[in-house]
Order: sequence, then structure tokens, then C-alpha cells
Amino acid sequence: MRYNKKSTASLKSTNVALQYRKQSRANMLWRQFKKNKGAVSGLVLIVVIILIAVASNFIWDYDTQITGMNSLERLLSPSLSHPFGTDHMGRDVLARVCYGARYSLLIGFSAVSISMIFGAIIGSIAGYYGGRVESIIMRIVELFLMIPAILLVIIFVSVFGTSLLNLIIGLGASTIPHFARNARASVMTVRGSEFVEAAKAVGASDLRIIFDHVLPNAFSPILVQATTRIASCIIDAAAFSFLGLGVPAPLPEWGAMLADARQFLRDHPNLTVAPGVAIMLTVFAVNLIGDGLRDALDPKLKK
Amino acid sequence: MLRYFLKRLALFIPIIILVSFIVYGLMSLSGDPAQTIAGDDMTEEQIEMLREKMGLNAPFLIRYGRYIIKAMQGDFGEGLYGKNVWNEYISRLPYTIVLAVVSMILMVLLSVPLGIIAALKRNTWIDAIVSAIAVIGLSIPGFWLGIMLILWFALGYRLVPTGGATTWSSIILPALTAAAPNAALVCRTTRSTLLDALSADYLRTARAKGVDESTVVLRHALGNALIPIITIVGSQFSILIGGTVVVETVFSWPGVGNLIVTAVRGNDYNMVTGCVVLTTVLVALILLGVDMMYALVDPRIKAQYSRR
Repeated sequence: MRYNKKSTASLKSTNVALQYRKQSRANMLWRQFKKNKGAVSGLVLIVVIILIAVASNFIWDYDTQITGMNSLERLLSPSLSHPFGTDHMGRDVLARVCYGARYSLLIGFSAVSISMIFGAIIGSIAGYYGGRVESIIMRIVELFLMIPAILLVIIFVSVFGTSLLNLIIGLGASTIPHFARNARASVMTVRGSEFVEAAKAVGASDLRIIFDHVLPNAFSPILVQATTRIASCIIDAAAFSFLGLGVPAPLPEWGAMLADARQFLRDHPNLTVAPGVAIMLTVFAVNLIGDGLRDALDPKLKK
Repeated sequence: MLRYFLKRLALFIPIIILVSFIVYGLMSLSGDPAQTIAGDDMTEEQIEMLREKMGLNAPFLIRYGRYIIKAMQGDFGEGLYGKNVWNEYISRLPYTIVLAVVSMILMVLLSVPLGIIAALKRNTWIDAIVSAIAVIGLSIPGFWLGIMLILWFALGYRLVPTGGATTWSSIILPALTAAAPNAALVCRTTRSTLLDALSADYLRTARAKGVDESTVVLRHALGNALIPIITIVGSQFSILIGGTVVVETVFSWPGVGNLIVTAVRGNDYNMVTGCVVLTTVLVALILLGVDMMYALVDPRIKAQYSRR
């Protein structure tokens, strides 16, 4: 009796169930994500930073105000017309900080895309096929993991020279092994699932199984790792520019600005404040989003 | 147990040789070192002679073979400016080690107690504050924190020198700077692993037996949470060694990181190769040590190897 009741109930709810199934994974994720106040404020902050980066294109003139030279207004203290003062080339620090947002965002997102795409592919091939393929790939990955990532970037930059593009590729390539390791572990948990067996039984190709069935179901840890890595990548990029091994000088990258500002630390300490705070806020926002994603994807951690 | 250690040690040497092969191979993509040394004022014949003298005309594998055999005897060749790579590295290494050890101690002292408090007082305002500090700590770029510390404590209050390694107090700021971001990470790990351990069944058993709360937390929970904490502290230590690059430059600390940055700026490829290889070996040694420490802490690994 009870069993019958239940089964009719489930029949009636088929429509509802279908509706739920139609709701995409992203939708569910978003609903979880929305509950986290910190994560939402992080997202808002990032959107604001992106808007500033876009708007600064129309407000300031790149050639004269961002990279130019204005010898009459060198090293001015903060005032109404220059809220953060001017630097040693007479350029408005506020303008440069706003304009510089694009570099950090660009480097963070594109470098991590490189590591994520290659790492996910390498890791899922290893995790999916298993056996000898896996052990060969993973031994190579482990060898690369033994070289500290920052040294890999240094090797890359010293071999190919310093430029924005090289910094992106270097930062991206240096963490491919980390992503591969994580992707493999995550794919392995999915590899034996029934839906993978089913797809195999239907005769789907390996590539199709990996991209259509395995990766989407193994993607959460990779996504969380990517977000956290964007945060540390932005810091690393600024650090490399600060060392003079990243984005070259006239570009208003925050780390490069700090390297310039440091020469005037004794007499004009105000120059070091704005770029540093800008890096911190951006990274803080990304970290908040990362934490929110992790909680949303893994409700177990929330308790 | 001994078998485990011996097995790890036996694997270590071929691993190091392979890793140095990767580094050497990547660095040799940089092009012709003879050209770099020669600059513009040598004729093509002179450069060719230099190449011959440096053994650059040999195939890659032979060159690598020569390099690694010499390297095993402690000869990494000379840098662009005639400095012996090995001597230079060894003379800088103590500074980096001291900096890493001090900042590691600072890191553990800052992070582990905070993490424990946050876990014990979870979902209270204390936990919220600790978590906020940790996220902010993760978000501060180390080199900027360094600049700010110089501003306040070296230029402002004049408590410590702005850089270099002149007095014992010079180490305070660099160590603090290097410790901060890692401390944030370790703090979070401590909190989450302790939370996991606190909800375990064996804790309920211990409490049911009437073990008092402080013993439950300190011996049973923390004892089990220790392994992930050691892992992360160990990996942070290796990151510290590699990552002192930035901190050492900010504070003009005469360590290995400083040496590497100077070498990269000066296109001193041989110096960069040597430094990176040596640092990687050092980091690998530390990780090996951490793994062995695990074996001592984790009865599961011990059990695996004492069966026979």
C-alpha cells in the first residue's frame, strides 16, 4: 500500500523532476553561491574593478596621461586634482592604477586558463585511461612538480625574455602540473561511474566520454583550484613585474608601479599605497569568490 | 621502517638527475651562450673558437652528461662575470636558510594557534575574525607588505634596518613578510582539518570514556589533524625556499633568491641554471624529509612497511 502510494507520487512528480533536470548545473551552483554574502560581495567587487578597467580607457589618454611624461608635475603630493599624487614622470597615480587593473585581470585570467585547459586535458587522459599511460604521464608531472613553480617562471622568463605575453605563458605553464595532478585525482573518482560504463556500452568514443561525461562531472575541484590560482597568479604577476622580470616599465602594471615607487620610498611614501591596495582588493575579491565556489560545490565543507 | 627510508633515498638520486635534466634542457633553449659572452665586439671566428672551447658544439645529451657529471662533483662552472656558481651559491645559502627557518617558525606560531582557536570556537565571532584575517593575509602581496613594513618600522619608527643583513634585527621584517601569506594558508588548513577531526567517531568514544576535554582536543583530535598540517607546513617550507626570491629582493637580503634575480637580470644563464638546479635539489631534500617525518607520525605508513 505504502509502496504504491509512493510510486504514484513519483509518477506525478515526473514532470517536476524533468523541470529540475532541465535546470543546469550552473543554475544550481548560482543558487548556492548567492547564499554566501562574502562571495557575492567578492563578485560585485570584481565586476566594479572590471568596469573601472574598461572605463579608464575612455577617461584617460594612454599616450599622454598613462605612459607619457609631464615634467612640470613630477612627484606632487595628493591633492584634489591628483587624489593619489603624481609619480616621478608626472603622471596621475589614480589614472595609472585604474588603467593598470586590466593587466592584473588579463594576466590572472589568461594564465590560469592556460594551466587549467592543459592541466585538465593531461590529467583527465591520465585519470581516464589509467595503466601505463597514467603512470608515464604522472611520473613526468611529478618531476615538474619538484621544481618550485616560481623557479619555472624564472626559467621561462630568463630564456624567452620579459614581456607581458611571456609572463602570461610562463605563469600559465608553471602550474599546469598542479592542475594535471588535481584533474587526475578528480577524474579517477568519476572513471568507474555507471554513466561512464553506459556511455562505453553505447559505443561513445573515448574523447567524447572524457569531454561530455567525465570532465563535466569532475570539474568542481578544478574550478575551485582555478579560482584560487587566479588570486595567487595576480600576486605572482605583480611580484615578477616588481622584480623587473614581468610587464616592462612604461606600462602601468601595479607591480611595476610599486617598483618605481620604491625608489622614492623615503620622500614620497604615498606612491606605494594605491597600487598595493589595488592588488590586495582584486586578490581579496577573487579569494572571496573562490571560497564561495568551494562552499557551493562542496556543501560538506560548510558545516 | 628502514626499508621505507632506503627506498625513498634510492629513488632520490635518479629523480634529481631527471629534474636537473629538465632544468638544463629548458635553460638551453635560451640560445647560444657563446654569443652572449662575446657580445658585439668579437668576430665570427672568435665566437666559433669560444664555442669549441666551451664544448657547445657537442650534441645536447653529451653537453648535459658533462654538466651533470661535473655538477655531482660540485662544479657548476662559472657565471658570466667569472664567479664560481657553486661557491657563490653556498656563500648565499645560509642567509636563505636562516630566513626560511625563522619565517617558518613565525608562520607556525602565528597560524596554528589561531587555526585551533577558530576551529574550537567555530561559527562564533572569533572564528569569523580569524577567517577574515586569513583571507586578507592570503590577499596581501608579500612584497607590498614588505614595503609597508619598511615604511612603518624601518623608516617611520627606525626600529630595524631597511634592508641587508647587518644586525640580528634585520631578519625580523623579511621573516615576517615571508611568513604572512603562508601563515594564512596554514591557519585555514589547521582549522579545517581540526574541524574534520573533531567530528570523528573516535572523539565521541573518547568523550564517552570520560577523557577530559583538553586531552580529547590536544591528543586525540590534534594528533590526527597533525598529518595534513605537517604536509602543508612542509610544502610551505619548500615554497618559502623558492619564494624568498621576492622578499630577498625587497629587503636586499643577500640570499639565494637575490642571487637568482640578479643573474636573470644580467642574462647570466649558467648562474641561473646552477642556482635553479641547486634550489630544486634543496627543495626536494626538504620534501623527502617531510615524507619521512610523516612515516614517523602516521602509523598507517609504518604499518605498510613493517608487515614483512
